[in-house]
Amino acid sequence: MIGLSHYLTLSAILFAISVAGIFLNRKNVIVLLMCVELLLLAVNFNFIAFSRYLDDVAGQVFVFFILTVAAAESAIGLAILVVLFRNRRSINVEELDTMRG
Amino acid sequence: MNLLVSLLAGDLAVLLPEVLLGGGLCALLVLDLFVPQRARDLTYLAAVFLLAGVAWALLGDVTPSGTAFAGTWSLDPLARVLKLFGVLTVATVFLYSRPYLRARDLHFGEYYLLGLFALLGIFVIASAQSLLLAYLGLEILSLALYAMVAFDRDSPSAAEAAMKYFVLGAIASGALLYGMSLLYGLAGSLNFADLRVALAADGQAGVSVAVALAFVVAGIAFKFGAVPFHMWVPDVYEGSPTSVTLFIGTAPKLGALALALRVLVDGVPGQAPLWGVMLGALALLSLVLGNVAAIAQTNLKRMLAYSTIAHVGFILLGLVPGTSDGIQAALYYTLVYVIMAAGAFGMLLLLSGRGVECERLDDLRGLALRHPWYAAMLTMLMVSMIGVPPLAGFYAKWWILQALVQAGQVWLAVAAVVLSVVGAFYYLRVIRMMFFEAGTAGPPAPVPLDVRVVTSVNALVLLALGLAPDRLMELCARAAALA
Repeated sequence: MIGLSHYLTLSAILFAISVAGIFLNRKNVIVLLMCVELLLLAVNFNFIAFSRYLDDVAGQVFVFFILTVAAAESAIGLAILVVLFRNRRSINVEELDTMRG
Repeated sequence: MNLLVSLLAGDLAVLLPEVLLGGGLCALLVLDLFVPQRARDLTYLAAVFLLAGVAWALLGDVTPSGTAFAGTWSLDPLARVLKLFGVLTVATVFLYSRPYLRARDLHFGEYYLLGLFALLGIFVIASAQSLLLAYLGLEILSLALYAMVAFDRDSPSAAEAAMKYFVLGAIASGALLYGMSLLYGLAGSLNFADLRVALAADGQAGVSVAVALAFVVAGIAFKFGAVPFHMWVPDVYEGSPTSVTLFIGTAPKLGALALALRVLVDGVPGQAPLWGVMLGALALLSLVLGNVAAIAQTNLKRMLAYSTIAHVGFILLGLVPGTSDGIQAALYYTLVYVIMAAGAFGMLLLLSGRGVECERLDDLRGLALRHPWYAAMLTMLMVSMIGVPPLAGFYAKWWILQALVQAGQVWLAVAAVVLSVVGAFYYLRVIRMMFFEAGTAGPPAPVPLDVRVVTSVNALVLLALGLAPDRLMELCARAAALA
């Protein structure tokens, strides 16, 4: 029987994977954007699991809003990526170090 | 059907400022498309008129105080103060930025539009009474700011700063959301009214609540720029055009404070000891790192970034006791800090003319000889940031310390005082540069009269607030009185 704790564990694992992905990845900015998406989806998992468990629809409504925000967020992220590539001809994470503090 | 209409009308009456701002913003978006580049001032004027209209809606009894949408939205004195101050700040920032943007051929309508969107985000956070609204307001604010940092499309450093800000900001939003999802699971509701009851002090105070709050506090700390979530602050302040730095250094601080007050103080007041300890640790780290790292900076914007981190530490200290006094002091400190930051970055904008960028410490050499009045005003701002009486910065620090001592947190207060003394060093260095170092005589920057007047008023307000601090303090006391 799959219970609430299974969903929460899966969500926590996804969350950890995405955070690790952001900090370990030294190569490509696009991978960072993918990790950010995964982060938000991990949270969605939590909300849906709780919503089902509590029999309360508010959590599912929250998920729709998160999905919308995630779309807007990746649009802006990609736009910044385009600006970055135009200026530097590279989207390598390691080269993002002209200012360091 | 009639019931629905009357219900919506009642709700919308409370939302008048937001309806005005949001509606005006959409109209402005369309209007800006048809404005030729040489007439871009039209967008600026329309934005300022819109802000004036919103301010009118917030004053007096134009918009009734109350709650709307089943208690998920409230216009209370706190929301009113934060919104009014936000409108005032954004209008001042627009006024300062116009000549700077024009001199750099960056005078596009997007600057004003993104600024107004950010303000809308602050409005939503300030009135939020549910986790969903707090999150949405925060995203409206953040997404506008990410785009604003990358506003100068031909600047590699701005693009780099925007990318860093975006990625770190997205992680912070994710952490905040994760915390919110856990709070939702624990309390069974998104509304603060239900959260308050479900997570009251003697209820469940287990590990799960602590984990949820740790994630929420981390997200809030990032938006403030508190250590160890401060990595974006120096890079964003240095990398973006100074007018964007001015915006990011002022209005969003009101949004961050609103987020902390709404989610922590309104949402989970019963857990105040728990989040108080977390905020205390963040505050102490911010004070140490902010004040020490600022000493090593030669770039003025970067120095002010670290000084921001130190000031944020002070604001968070006010929230540590979780008492009414502390919250009032934090609100007062934030308002005064926003005035000081607007003045300081406004002065940098004023001193940067066409082709002249005033952003290194050396650029201030001999300013007292070139522009004695500007030097005097900048001195006043720096002295207020140190916290010397009779300027407003002193009372801001004083009330925070008082609240800490009253709550029995004496050692935190002592640490804050010691670190403020350390911090005085780099502010005094700015003053020494202006008055006691020989400088090259640069050409006088042609600055419009309105900017010169408002910059001076901005600095003088700090003196006025320092000499007569009661009015603003009373306002804060009324706004932040715990229900």
